[in-house]
Amino acid sequence: MSVTIVFLGPLADLANGHELEVAGPLDWAGLLRAVGPDIAREIQADRVNVACGGSVLADKKSLQARDGDEIALLPPVSGG
Amino acid sequence: MKLLCCRRLAVARLTLSTPLDVRVLAKGMSVGEASAAFSAAYPEAGGIVSFLGKVRPGNDVRALELTHYEPLTKSGMDDLARSALERFALDGILAWHRIGVMVPGDAIVLVAAAAPHRRNAFDAADFVMDHLKSAAWFWKRERRAEGWHWIEPREADYQDRQRWERR
Repeated sequence: MSVTIVFLGPLADLANGHELEVAGPLDWAGLLRAVGPDIAREIQADRVNVACGGSVLADKKSLQARDGDEIALLPPVSGG
Repeated sequence: MKLLCCRRLAVARLTLSTPLDVRVLAKGMSVGEASAAFSAAYPEAGGIVSFLGKVRPGNDVRALELTHYEPLTKSGMDDLARSALERFALDGILAWHRIGVMVPGDAIVLVAAAAPHRRNAFDAADFVMDHLKSAAWFWKRERRAEGWHWIEPREADYQDRQRWERR
């Protein structure tokens, strides 16, 4: 089992892919290490949200992803 | 008589759920059919307002692609539609949003609100659109001659949404 990290919108370009599988469990510090410096810099900005297991985290730094969880990195949206 | 029969058939081909009909559509959007079915679904409504958002031609835009995050998109749109229903005392609301690749002129989003009186229907459609623009889980990019460009929300989009927080 592992944790899946999903890159949405422009973050997928920066990551050169839509998904990354890493060994779990994974906390915020572990996530920053797993995604590399460019993505880590982006997702630390307030405007980027993080979801885990289908729920957006109120405080992304409290991330505690377990094996089998999906983490989504959500940059500013533009719908409509 | 024949015409009446056909009109009924056209409406019956599309069944809407009431009072909320929220969809994320991977292809096509039957705007006319949806509007007819929506009107038929709320015979008691005194007013229906609908908004249709389309891919704008110009700026060398060849195509527009909408992506989303499936685990959040539909449930977020359901919550938005439900809050509009309660806030504006609507009879019903429809919110359809496209994903995938579209070309100029294609429909991206359709919102319709049915209410006893027009003002609530106007406000509800406005409210839902302001939230779909900058608070729903969609990302938009345009293909121009030299390649793809991500579209960032404009400051005006955030301000439009914030109007509803002050009320």
